[in-house]
Amino acid sequence: MKATRDAYGETLAGLKNPNIVVVDADLSVSTRTSKFAKKHPKRFFDFGIAEANMISQAAGLATTGKIVFASTFACFASARALDQVRVSVCYSKLNVKICATHAGLTIGEDGASHQALSDIGIMRSMPYMKVFVPADPNETEQIIRWIAKDDGPTYVRLGRNKIADLHDKFGKSYKTKFCYARAQKIIDGKHATIIACGYMVEKALEAAMKLVEDKIHVTVLNMSTLKPLDEKAILRCPKPIVTVEEGMLNSGLGNAVAAVLCEKAGKKDTRMIRLGVDNQFGQSGKPEELLKHYHLQTENIVRAVKRLV
Amino acid sequence: MRFKLTSDIKVLKEKANQMRRNILIMCNKAQSGHPGGSLSAIDIIVGLYYSVMMHNPSNPKWVDRDRFVLSKGHCCPALYAVLADCGYFPLKWLYKFRKIDSKLQGHPSMVDTPGIEMSTGSLGQGLSAAAGMALGYKIDNNSGIIYCMIGDGECNEGQIWEAAMSAAHYKLDNLIVILDKNRLQIDGFTKDVMDSSSLAAKFKAFNWNISEIDGHNCKEIISILNKVIKNPNGKPSMIIANTVKGKGISFMENKPEWHGKAPNDEELEVALKELQ
Repeated sequence: MKATRDAYGETLAGLKNPNIVVVDADLSVSTRTSKFAKKHPKRFFDFGIAEANMISQAAGLATTGKIVFASTFACFASARALDQVRVSVCYSKLNVKICATHAGLTIGEDGASHQALSDIGIMRSMPYMKVFVPADPNETEQIIRWIAKDDGPTYVRLGRNKIADLHDKFGKSYKTKFCYARAQKIIDGKHATIIACGYMVEKALEAAMKLVEDKIHVTVLNMSTLKPLDEKAILRCPKPIVTVEEGMLNSGLGNAVAAVLCEKAGKKDTRMIRLGVDNQFGQSGKPEELLKHYHLQTENIVRAVKRLV
Repeated sequence: MRFKLTSDIKVLKEKANQMRRNILIMCNKAQSGHPGGSLSAIDIIVGLYYSVMMHNPSNPKWVDRDRFVLSKGHCCPALYAVLADCGYFPLKWLYKFRKIDSKLQGHPSMVDTPGIEMSTGSLGQGLSAAAGMALGYKIDNNSGIIYCMIGDGECNEGQIWEAAMSAAHYKLDNLIVILDKNRLQIDGFTKDVMDSSSLAAKFKAFNWNISEIDGHNCKEIISILNKVIKNPNGKPSMIIANTVKGKGISFMENKPEWHGKAPNDEELEVALKELQ
């Protein structure tokens, strides 16, 4: 068990390319970039509690050929420094990888000011930006290695809490295998599909297993690339669809899936239920208590599927 | 080939005059744009590109080049006029400034325009990006210099001070910033809108080297730039250039309304006559 931020920090510290430079804004211990800083002190720069400056500096560094990883909490990367992400990074089309941690409700006790719930939608709306949400530590490592070789603006959404690798929790055949811009079909079932990202993939798998007891067989898609979105997977998967995410309903995964369905599914069944946070702020609490409060537990997914099939 | 520099003051003055004409023609043709700040900035930009910076218009991405970031991006007519004249792109591009499908956007876009080092326009960001470039050059032991121009109105932005703090912290003595202090911003005089007096003392307190010049005196401009380059001391440098917004055109000088207004055909004619 480890957090996706841990997998990020370990993978980053192990990357061999000498052009990699890492910047942080006084959160390197929490974002785990401190591991890279210890190993490569000359290629790590702390900008203090000044996220806007950090992001524009990252853009400037990228113009000199550096592969820049920029980390802070997701709430600051996606909101406080958004204009810098928009102009300095995206409009300038620069090679900056924003790896933001402590995303979603499950940051827990810190509460609403620190719970990034709109980051997926915000980052998806930036031209040139690629958006990833790894489901477990194993997939985090694969995504970090992949983006290190890619060029252009990138956002990776990472979590604070320790979670299991899916293959450790469910068995070998559930191992996350990252493929850029492709949804991973982890379970194949014909009655419906659950599309999830991040930690919610684990909940989706649990729900799928419970549903089998009632002879309902669902497909589970791990949508770890949020942009560009795997539209084919959405159109081809068994309908109806339930989406699950640790974020706002009005801008995240669920909305993205709904848009594809409405525009492109033709006469197919377009019924769906989106699970997520409905136009409200989070609050303090233990991560699992919060998921219960905001109806993001396994039982909620099971109920949503049953309502549709 | 590297751009051939000159220290001939007469040549620089003629260039600045010619660029002023182009700035006004561009804004007139676009019927939009920012002539006031472009005219306050132009003598400094001419000094940089024709007399100080190592750059190569036929190879804009030359790795050892000096760079210039226009953080007050709305004054890009001044920069576009100079880049075109240096040979970064054809002069005729100037006449499509701000028009649909143009390579010359309303604010600088590094993706669209050769010679633009950073997309700017949202104030404050260019200084941070320039500092990031200076840091990148330090990592690579690249001896190039990063120049950046900010405005006094722009110093309202908090990001300027975040950048100032970090440039001093990382000892970026390869970063030279020119503050185009024309004392005006959109809503009026800076002292009335948001008092930014004693900017020199403020940057000094942030541990920068400070010098002050007349931003329209070509001789002072190139002599201070050359002096600063030769004396790196572990600190970033701020050159406060006292300028006049709308400089060179009688009816535009010190008039806030010419911040973002284009001259009509009659006004253009009068202005061009003044520049003869």
